[in-house]
Amino acid sequence: METILEVNNVVKQFGGFTALSGVNVKVHKGERLGLIGPNGSGKTTLINCISGAFTDYAGDIHFNGQDISKLKAHERTKRGIARSFQIPRPFSSMTVMENLLVPFAFVGGKDGPEQQEEAMTILRGMGLADKAFVQSNQLSQVELRKMELARAMAAKPKLLISDEAMAGLSGNEVDEVLDILFGLNKLGITIIMIEHIMQAVMKFSERIICLDAGKIICEGTPETIVKNPEVQRAYLGD
Amino acid sequence: MIPLDLLFEAVLFGILLGCFYAAVSLGLSVAFGLLDVPYVAHPALLILGSYFTFLLSKTGLDPIICGLLLMPVFYVIGIALYRFYYETFERRSSDTGVRGLAFFFGIAFIIEVCLILVFGVDQRTVSATYIGSSLEIGEYRFPYRMLVAFGIAIFLTTLLTLYFSKTFNGRAIKAVGQDEGALRLMGANPVKIKQLAFGIATAVNALAGAMLIIVGPVEPAMDRIYIGRTFCVVVLAGLGSMSGTLVAGLILGIAESVVMMTLGASWAPAVSFGLLLLMLGIRPQGLFGR
Amino acid sequence: MNVNEYIFFAGFVILQFVVLATAWNILGGYAGYVNFGVPAFIAVGAYTAVVLFKSISAPLVVQIIGGGILAGLLGLMVGLLTLKLRGIFFSIATVAVVFILETVVMNWRYVGGATGLQLTRPPDLWIFDTYTRMLFFVMAVLAVCSVSIARYIQDSFLGRGLRAVRDSEEAAECSGVPTLKIKLIACTISGALMGIAGAPMPMYLSYIEPTATFNLNYSISALGMPIIGGTSHWIGPVIGALLLATIQQVVTVTVSNELNVLVVGVLLVLFVVLAPDGILGLIKKWKQSSK
Repeated sequence: METILEVNNVVKQFGGFTALSGVNVKVHKGERLGLIGPNGSGKTTLINCISGAFTDYAGDIHFNGQDISKLKAHERTKRGIARSFQIPRPFSSMTVMENLLVPFAFVGGKDGPEQQEEAMTILRGMGLADKAFVQSNQLSQVELRKMELARAMAAKPKLLISDEAMAGLSGNEVDEVLDILFGLNKLGITIIMIEHIMQAVMKFSERIICLDAGKIICEGTPETIVKNPEVQRAYLGD
Repeated sequence: MIPLDLLFEAVLFGILLGCFYAAVSLGLSVAFGLLDVPYVAHPALLILGSYFTFLLSKTGLDPIICGLLLMPVFYVIGIALYRFYYETFERRSSDTGVRGLAFFFGIAFIIEVCLILVFGVDQRTVSATYIGSSLEIGEYRFPYRMLVAFGIAIFLTTLLTLYFSKTFNGRAIKAVGQDEGALRLMGANPVKIKQLAFGIATAVNALAGAMLIIVGPVEPAMDRIYIGRTFCVVVLAGLGSMSGTLVAGLILGIAESVVMMTLGASWAPAVSFGLLLLMLGIRPQGLFGR
Repeated sequence: MNVNEYIFFAGFVILQFVVLATAWNILGGYAGYVNFGVPAFIAVGAYTAVVLFKSISAPLVVQIIGGGILAGLLGLMVGLLTLKLRGIFFSIATVAVVFILETVVMNWRYVGGATGLQLTRPPDLWIFDTYTRMLFFVMAVLAVCSVSIARYIQDSFLGRGLRAVRDSEEAAECSGVPTLKIKLIACTISGALMGIAGAPMPMYLSYIEPTATFNLNYSISALGMPIIGGTSHWIGPVIGALLLATIQQVVTVTVSNELNVLVVGVLLVLFVVLAPDGILGLIKKWKQSSK
């Protein structure tokens, strides 16, 4: 199995507080990796280091064999790393279509009629085609989450990081988003999913990593993770 | 070379000046440093405080008393301003950056122009027993009005620092800037806390305004240069640091005083703004900031 | 000055505000970074023109180009220093630049220092009857140029990127937008255009002095006009400038100078609170409701 992402001994501090203390992760191409851990365990910090929102961490990160540690976020996006945000960040003055045209323009280099067709295809796959020309600040929560994923897709990523895309959604809506993610993975995209909704993570992931207080405390298949006492302690306390 | 005793005198004066600058910046330290409100109208409200002190002192009251009397009035103004800002700008998410800044900038201009229309562009002063004479220690003369301002500055800074570290509301104010969620879980209402903080910040402005007109004459356009001095102090101190405000004020005061002595008064405005740019360039989180 | 000449005289000022408002909007409206230090860029344009005129008797065109280049450089420098930080730090830094440059100019005898400098207009009027008419024409050309530049930016990749930055800088960065580079480009162009607006001023007044040139009143107008007109489209600053600058001329002549700043200030606050999309937004709403 080819390694698409390698995180080597990443340490991230905020002033006196150590958010990540030596995290090592290897992600395989096409894998569905789940990332879990209680609040404050460092999941989003890790994602921010991988996506390039933070560049001042110790250790290094390799993507597709190349060291990307010094690259800014937009350069990493161009290399093929895309992410969605925990709290959706739509370009609220733009329509859904225009939202997607931004990554088309800046990652792909073109935003003409061909790209608009591609955007429509992506939106159709998410069930958002009828909202293409609606201003994005008029969308519902679940539609916003889907647009986040659609926009990430428009960057033609090889690795997609989904940061709590299902938080606050109803049961049906969670299944909708889960189907979309499965569909994307079938297209060959490696997916890292951060989620608190345990059934979703268990259903989706081939492998799960559990973080607590900035360290990886457990790694394995969903079945092994669920039985692991460390994980239970991290979530439920002693 | 600069004669050493002149330099020493400039530094001493700078210390007095610096404490004054620190006190004048306390309101901004709270409103912008802790609450993250783009409160560029802070210096304008400071000057407004000076003019109200001027008006009130015509009744014969000592200007310090006037400042104290104005504090509750300004407290209410502060609460109203924050409430308005919050309802209009923070609630609706998009584009708040531009709108909030433009709003306070507009308010500052409106205050300045109204002052010009009512009072004219001439300078205004107040009189008191301690204004005009100096304390002489050896060869050095310390103007009493500067000493009075120094005293009030120390008093205000100590009061605020204690308030923020010892009282429940004070600590809540310090916390709300960093973690609103946690505050909500504790049962406190973040909006009410921020409102309280803004009210306090504006009330402090009233007394600071009184200090300003005690220290020297005041004119409506002074809010412009005080944008430099107050933001310089707040940025130098670092957002969120109350005690840092005093140190930052001292640095600015001494720097300005020495520059005034060596290069002349016309270079004084450039000191605060220059120091501000320097900090933004090399250490934007300030000396003590988070 | 007879009435006819006055129209060209006032027209120059109004057109100057069209350029300033359009320039401000490229960074403020499109990208969301508020420049409070407009007079610094105007002054760089004006004083560069003075230096070029005084040293090598440069023609107006050269003065304007020189002013634009140096003001653009100032924009780039301020941007490099502060565009990595949050918006308000950029805004405060722009105020700082005004005061620092003003202090420098006040102590610079070559350009007149604090007392200012008288300048004699060159005799060349090209095809015009008076110098004022020629300057009016020059400013009209500059206005057309700046509006064209703003329009081009708006419809280009740059405009798309700037809007993304304004709406959510984080999301823009993750969508491949090189946010810092784009902000720097906008800041440089914006500064250059403001410098171009300032460069003809010394010839217009036959005089230059720091207090009026570095006056922060320019800021409230340059940011008020686009916000009142509408910041999302290039035509907004034009509407705002034409409307407000005309009102300002009327008020200055009939009532007082201070009052015209008050008018802009009050209108700015009213629009920011009640009609944040400006006149353009109001027109859009009125069109939608009448359907």
